[in-house]
Amino acid sequence: MTEYNFAYLDEQTKRMIRRAILKGLAVPGYQVPFASREMPMPYGWGTGGVQVSAATLTPDDTFKVIDQGADDTTNAVSIRKFFENTAGVAVTEETEKATLIQTRHRIPEAELTEDQILVYQVPIPEPLRFLEPRETETRKMHSLEEYGLMHVKLYEDISQHGDIATAYAYPVMVQDRYVMDPSPIPKFDNPKLEMSAIQLFGAGREQRIYAVPPHTKVVSLDFEDFPFVASKANHPCDLCGAEDSYLDEVILDDAGNRMFVCSDTDFCRSRRAAGHVGRLGTEDAA
Amino acid sequence: MYVAVKGGERAIENAHAWLAEERRGDTSVAELSTAQIREQLSLAVNRVMAEGSLFDADLAALAIKQSRGDLIEAIFLIRAYRTTLPRFGASRPVETGQMACDRRISATFKDAPGGQVLGPTFDYTHRLLDFKLAAEGEVTPTEQGTPREDVTPHITEFLQGEDIIQREPESDAVPGDLTREPMEFPANRALRLQSLTRGDEGFILGMAYSTQRGYARNHAFVGELRIGKVAVEMDIPELGFAIEIGELELTECETVNQFQGSKTEPPQFTRGYGLVFGQSERKSIAMALVDRALRWEELGEDNLGAAAQDEEFVLSHSDNIQATGFLEHIKLPHYVDFQSELELVRKLRREVEERTTAHQEAAE
Repeated sequence: MTEYNFAYLDEQTKRMIRRAILKGLAVPGYQVPFASREMPMPYGWGTGGVQVSAATLTPDDTFKVIDQGADDTTNAVSIRKFFENTAGVAVTEETEKATLIQTRHRIPEAELTEDQILVYQVPIPEPLRFLEPRETETRKMHSLEEYGLMHVKLYEDISQHGDIATAYAYPVMVQDRYVMDPSPIPKFDNPKLEMSAIQLFGAGREQRIYAVPPHTKVVSLDFEDFPFVASKANHPCDLCGAEDSYLDEVILDDAGNRMFVCSDTDFCRSRRAAGHVGRLGTEDAA
Repeated sequence: MYVAVKGGERAIENAHAWLAEERRGDTSVAELSTAQIREQLSLAVNRVMAEGSLFDADLAALAIKQSRGDLIEAIFLIRAYRTTLPRFGASRPVETGQMACDRRISATFKDAPGGQVLGPTFDYTHRLLDFKLAAEGEVTPTEQGTPREDVTPHITEFLQGEDIIQREPESDAVPGDLTREPMEFPANRALRLQSLTRGDEGFILGMAYSTQRGYARNHAFVGELRIGKVAVEMDIPELGFAIEIGELELTECETVNQFQGSKTEPPQFTRGYGLVFGQSERKSIAMALVDRALRWEELGEDNLGAAAQDEEFVLSHSDNIQATGFLEHIKLPHYVDFQSELELVRKLRREVEERTTAHQEAAE
């Protein structure tokens, strides 16, 4: 595909996106409007993340794409292929070897380092959207730091359901200033948002980019007497035996038997390679 | 077993191969050429050009062929192609008053300078299936008149002479470009019109229809509808003057709307405006109605809370490429989020059960 520029986008567009990224890094958690382009994949399928990756990739990068934590889900395959074709960069499934990781709905289990960038695909960047549908209003609320509505919502959840009824895309406060949507990651992943790597969030259809610089304070919203709890299925992984990883539930048969397996496929693979075996795993499965 | 629930590279490749076969259909039937699509499905081509925001009939025909006739998919192909094109500059505003009209009608006057020209319209056809067309569609050439030499003036100019229609403010300001700058609200009228002209025909139609049925009714008459070709001129800095670089086919609709005056404006007629690539009559009339509805604020009208008056609502939801992408993305795997919901609902149910049991025990 030589008829396209490196990583598909032209340099002017990349520059425009990089400016938005830099602004986002300078004001952590603030949603920076950017002139999102039509990409050759549909809106809602990661165009924001793809544009951020395209503007961030260099020819020396090693690229990894996950969707639901897995490298082999269809859309992850499709996006990885897109950059293999348009940027010719090295790709990997191993988290440690990747310099740029694009993700949808998960943060990898392995701790990321300062040499890595994590790019999130974001469907609805506005954490207040479902409390107030108007962008003109929500922007005002952010600028005035008017987050009472969000706390009322969380409080009402507790009073009605006995629990905060948000299991993913759980809102966070970034560096004591902006309430931010961490994208639809399960709330299990929220504590990992404080990390050494750069985190960039791209919402293509909604034309927003935001960022969390390394070692930025990220606090999941909660109450003193009702602290935030990162939850997951109460099982070990059936393949690698991990007790601390986020699990997918897989239905095995008509009788309703299930197994629980790591959603992070690379994490599970590397544990099995290191000899860990779960309930249904076999020694040679690795 | 576990791997089988995940997609893979081979599955995608096979799906693409199957799709290509389905696109071709029965190979004993002759293949459709893009020239056939361009010439014989020209209204579909026009829609793809209008909503794809790229005036190129051959590319639009190719997109329709590639998309198996799914016009939104074709529009998407054109948009994705368009965004990669370099920008050399901007043309001068096209002069629709100079249009060589194929069709030009006014509903507000019985006759007007330039005349009522029906042109190639479905309007007075009886919608009876023409079974002859199934066998052969050759047409006998009809007699041709001599084209008008004079320019066809806009109907609204006559009203403007009487000063009975609202004057549009003139400006040489460079209009914004919604494909280059993120949309911000409130948007100005130029941006609104850009958004409407590339917006989904069905959506704009529905919005316009809602104003006719009383949700912010604005009493629209079709002052004028004209379809024809206009020259595109561009200033060439090296030459120091403008040269004609091509031609566009456009449909322009100006509505004349009754207006009884407001706190800020005297009683007069007001306008809505629609301008769309190609022969796109329905779209341009609908666009004009929605444009008029969105102008409530500048005219000092009341906000009636109607959807068609709500700029943020209309402009945020009119783009079918954004809409279809986001709608269809829910086909993608969401099992991680579903899993966390599953855990949450199980937990909430457990807590309810525990509370109920505790209640019962306390009652006993």
